[in-house]
Amino acid sequence: MVSGLINANPVVYQKKERRARNTPCDSDEYAVESIDQLEIFDILSLFLDIKDPEHPYSLEELKVITEDAVEVDDGLSYVRVTFTPTVEHCSMATIIGLCLRVKLMRSLPSRYKVDIRVAPGSHATEAAVNKQLNDKERVAAALENPNLLDMVDECLAPSYS
Amino acid sequence: MAELCKLTHYVESFVDVSRTPSQQATSLETITSLVKNNVLTIETLVREMGMYLTITDNIIRGRGILLLGELLACLASKPLDSATIHSLIAFFTERLADWKALRGALVGCLALMRRKTNVGSISQNDAKSVAQSYFQNLQVQSLGQHDRKLSFELLACLLEHYPDAVVSLGDDLVYGICEAIDGEKDPHCLLLTFRIVELVAKLFPDPTGALASSSSDLFEFLGCYFPIHFTHGKEEDIDVRRNDLSHALMRAFSSTPLFEPFAIPLLLEKLSSSLPLAKIDSLKYLSDCTVKYGADRMKKHSEAIWSSVKEIIFTSIGQPNLSINTESLNSPSFQENEMTTEALRLLQKMVVASNGLFLTLIINDEDVKDIFNILNIYTCYKDFPLQSRQRLNAVGHILYTSASASVASCDHVFESYFHRLLDFMGISVDQYHNDKISPIRNLNFGALYLCIEVIAACRNLIVSSDENTCSVKEKSYSMLQIFSCSVVQLLSSTFSGIVKRDLHDAEFYCAVKGLLNLSTFPVGSSPVSRVIFEDILLEFMSFITVNFKFGSLWNHALKALQHIGSFVDKYPGSVESQSYMHIVVEKIALMFSPHDEVLPLMLKLEMAVDIGRTGRSYMLKIVGGIEETIFYNLSEVYVYGNSKSVEIVLSLLDCYSTKILPWFDEAGDFEEVILRFALNIWDQIEKCSTFSTSMDKCIQVLLDATMMALKLSVRSCSKESQNIIVQKAFNVLLTSSFSPLKVTLSNTIPVQMEGLQFLQQKDNPTSRDEWILSLFASVTIALRPQVHVPDVRLIIRLLMLSTTRGCVPAAQALGSMINKLSVKSDKVEVSSYVSLEEAIDIIFKTEFRCLHNESTGDGSEMFLTDLCSSIEKSSLLQVHAVVGLSWIGKGLLLCGHDKVRDITMVFLQLLVSKSRTDASPLQQFKLEKDNETSLDFAVMKGAAEAFHILMSDSEACLNRKFHAIVRPLYKQRFFSTMMPIFQTLVSKSDTSLSRYMLYQAYAHVISDTPLTAILSDAKKFIPMLLDGLLTLSVNGINKDVVYSLLLVLSGILMDKNGQEAVTENAHKIVDCLAGLTDFSHMMLVRETAIQCLVAVSELPHARIYPMRRQVLHVISKALDDPKRSVRQEAVRCRQAWASIASRSLHF
Repeated sequence: MVSGLINANPVVYQKKERRARNTPCDSDEYAVESIDQLEIFDILSLFLDIKDPEHPYSLEELKVITEDAVEVDDGLSYVRVTFTPTVEHCSMATIIGLCLRVKLMRSLPSRYKVDIRVAPGSHATEAAVNKQLNDKERVAAALENPNLLDMVDECLAPSYS
Repeated sequence: MAELCKLTHYVESFVDVSRTPSQQATSLETITSLVKNNVLTIETLVREMGMYLTITDNIIRGRGILLLGELLACLASKPLDSATIHSLIAFFTERLADWKALRGALVGCLALMRRKTNVGSISQNDAKSVAQSYFQNLQVQSLGQHDRKLSFELLACLLEHYPDAVVSLGDDLVYGICEAIDGEKDPHCLLLTFRIVELVAKLFPDPTGALASSSSDLFEFLGCYFPIHFTHGKEEDIDVRRNDLSHALMRAFSSTPLFEPFAIPLLLEKLSSSLPLAKIDSLKYLSDCTVKYGADRMKKHSEAIWSSVKEIIFTSIGQPNLSINTESLNSPSFQENEMTTEALRLLQKMVVASNGLFLTLIINDEDVKDIFNILNIYTCYKDFPLQSRQRLNAVGHILYTSASASVASCDHVFESYFHRLLDFMGISVDQYHNDKISPIRNLNFGALYLCIEVIAACRNLIVSSDENTCSVKEKSYSMLQIFSCSVVQLLSSTFSGIVKRDLHDAEFYCAVKGLLNLSTFPVGSSPVSRVIFEDILLEFMSFITVNFKFGSLWNHALKALQHIGSFVDKYPGSVESQSYMHIVVEKIALMFSPHDEVLPLMLKLEMAVDIGRTGRSYMLKIVGGIEETIFYNLSEVYVYGNSKSVEIVLSLLDCYSTKILPWFDEAGDFEEVILRFALNIWDQIEKCSTFSTSMDKCIQVLLDATMMALKLSVRSCSKESQNIIVQKAFNVLLTSSFSPLKVTLSNTIPVQMEGLQFLQQKDNPTSRDEWILSLFASVTIALRPQVHVPDVRLIIRLLMLSTTRGCVPAAQALGSMINKLSVKSDKVEVSSYVSLEEAIDIIFKTEFRCLHNESTGDGSEMFLTDLCSSIEKSSLLQVHAVVGLSWIGKGLLLCGHDKVRDITMVFLQLLVSKSRTDASPLQQFKLEKDNETSLDFAVMKGAAEAFHILMSDSEACLNRKFHAIVRPLYKQRFFSTMMPIFQTLVSKSDTSLSRYMLYQAYAHVISDTPLTAILSDAKKFIPMLLDGLLTLSVNGINKDVVYSLLLVLSGILMDKNGQEAVTENAHKIVDCLAGLTDFSHMMLVRETAIQCLVAVSELPHARIYPMRRQVLHVISKALDDPKRSVRQEAVRCRQAWASIASRSLHF
């Protein structure tokens, strides 16, 4: 591990005004509300403030994830989240990616295929990170590691309260 | 004497420090009571205690003196002779030197000095020697916190009660005090310290006296506390808050003008600090000092204060807020932050104190003058840049505050500004005698705004001054009088401007505020003449009646009219209130006439209620108009079946019941109007002999609304009025075909056993008779218990007949009558009087002759209860009888009558015995869906619903609003009687349908019972509750029942008292909840079930660990729920359960 912070002074953005979901109040009891972009984003950020492993800011404030970076297709049970590390050489990228993946795996129906990617051009070892994050075996292995799992749990902890 | 012997023992136990505090307190109490009851004199006591008071052991001596001191504190009201007091105080005074045993001496001195003169107090000489000893011997700052506090209390007491004794000490006193308070930090002691300074300052008011020389020293100690910086947390010193301290310090600051040379510079310095709290405190202190120090001393600081205050106001103020808020009549200055408010307060204080000097400073200020440049540049509010808006607002506030400070300052402001502002607005000062002003093309917003502020100040001044007459002669007033006409014209012209869209909302708001201020001068000292006042009202009315499309502006104008109304209503009989009545109220009352269709009805109603609320006479007038319209349209409905009239009447009645009647109740004393309304309804229906047949479906809605209005009206009436109404109603009833005289002279009531075919037929109350009956029922529902219904026996039979025909209000009326009869039992016997027992007899012993076939004309005879449970053949009649019986039962249940038991038995029998076809519920419901006329089922359903009627709080009748007799805890009582019965019945029930129905009834009972009653015995109820949930959730027909049952379960889960019962049944509960998580018929059930599962996860780990796989499996399905909120709950639940599971289950 590198001693000291990788990005000591990150740019903090104002949280974007959340667009209100226009729910019809007298909605049909049997109507289906499909999982959409905003819901995934909410899972990841709103009532689930994933914290940056390095800073006390939420990933939303650091603009690591944005609503537009979520692609979802409920019919095809597919979701892809593209996140942007704060600096190009961020070694935390894999941890952040792992947190995102775990969060989604725990919150989405099992039929979903989750795809986590680093935004193109935002990371030095983009390909390697992408490969690591989407390799089932390696993710499973990572979560076998008690230290790593504790770290992930800690990142996700406040999101359930 | 025996008590006396124990004295040594008591003393010993107090002095002994190894005893517990409670033992010590007891012995003190005993000794006190001995002395109080004169068993023991103080002299004897002191002699007995001699050794304890003089011993060389510090601790024992200290405790001994403390005992004597505390004893004296307890004897504050016992008279003592002066010799005793003198020797005691001498002793304590001397003991002040004994620093090792000080506490007792302080307590003793304090106790003696606080004595009232009528029970013997210490002399001035003694007080002086106490003071001398105090300053000689006490090193206050070296003492502990409690002793310091006592010392300060002693000092404050000396200063407060023995000023003459201590004044003679002169300089010693002041130095002593300086020394004592130097460096104090404890909040309790500080409060006392500040008080001491305040007191000592009052003792030496002389500018050349003892304090004069040492005031700088004293202030040095004081000044370092400002501004109060309070670091104590919430948990400690909860009884002293920062505000208390700050306030005490402020009083110390302003206690003497001698502090002025030190205090004001310090405050001015802190005013420029960056700490907001320091700024606010400085402003407050300055205000207080300005008042206390006097004009002469403050004069030299005027300029410094003005420049600081100006800067604060200019920087802290926001944009002009133009809407009318509720207190705008009293203080047109708007909601501001605390700093601005305090700054303006200081400004006002300075203006009042400085005799015009300060005002001159303001008026000649460059920044204030500069505002006219801004006025030159921008005319329209929209053009103002933000900074200029703030500036305008600041100047407006400054002018308002200084003008409303005093009459002289108001004149001054008017002289300096009014003409110039008028000039800006295009009103020429020279031609004020010309009534016409040229129509303005560009209204100068800034000038208008400032002008309104100045007028508002003038109004405020006149309103707040007691002698209105004196201000009439003031210059400002006469200037306003001269120009009022032109100003009003100018302001009114904005109304047309806004309609033509030449102007913007801001100008409109401003103009409305101006007109509002001009028209709400106190009557008798108003600068506007009656004609102009009426002009203003006319302008408002013409805007309101036409331009309803301007949403918020319309509301704004309406609000202004409302303000004017409530203001002139304070002057009954004045010309203004007459004009208001004539121009506004009468016009609104007339608006409801059918020919006036400019405004939508809803707006008319809103307007009418808002204006009516401003005064009684106005409301009366308006209600008159509304009533007239209601009755006009009602007759339209009766005679022609006019469907448009139905709509109008519906909204009018709704407004009457929901807005006007509650206001009547609140204001009180409107009974005459309410009575008239109720009687008019009856008159109306009496007059109309033929009913139109062309009425459509919504007639039922109309009947309901009429009934509700009638019910609510009758409810608000007194006993006497209710008697009149019920008599009238009875007379009308006699004219109908239902007339009791015609129907039931015999004891039997003929009824038709109708077949299946009638169930689907909706009965529209199209006939006049049915209207009359329903209305009569609603009158009966709302009667007070003391009111007699004429001819009760016949009425009861009549209502029973209608009940069996399916008229629910009749059943409710029966229930209400029975309920209220119960209190009359001790009345004198009158021939028409019917007791509760007799009424019950009538109801249950009246025979119904069932005519199976109309042609034959004969049939079996049976009672009401038999009618319900007749098993030969289900009929519609039976369904109606069940409903009727349940309302009667409710009436009895509320007043706690035993008969209700028989009634519930009838229902239970129906539930159990009816299931002749043993179909499984599912099949049964399928059948039911196909063929809705399955009467068997309808009867059972009715019986189950009956329990809902019995237990739930009905809005329509039998509640406290309608004067029902409600025994306390009746729900709990019924619940505890019913539960065992349900349990046995369910276990015995042999068919699934009757079991299903029993559970439904059970669910109604348990979900309407207060949770606490269930919790006390939750263990017993949970198994059946879970069975009920399982049974009822097989289909979605009773989803609401399932939901309310689930809420009971969740109530038990969430409550601490239910935990034990829950833990025992954890497995079953989880099974049940797991089943409910995919209850497809209702989202709320799924959501609540998952929330309950989260609650279950808090149970002891060992108990729930075995269930984790099951729960996680269920939840993973719920993650794919069609509803979003269910999915969100599922995520939470999954996390809660995953964290108790092993790692491998994390995914």
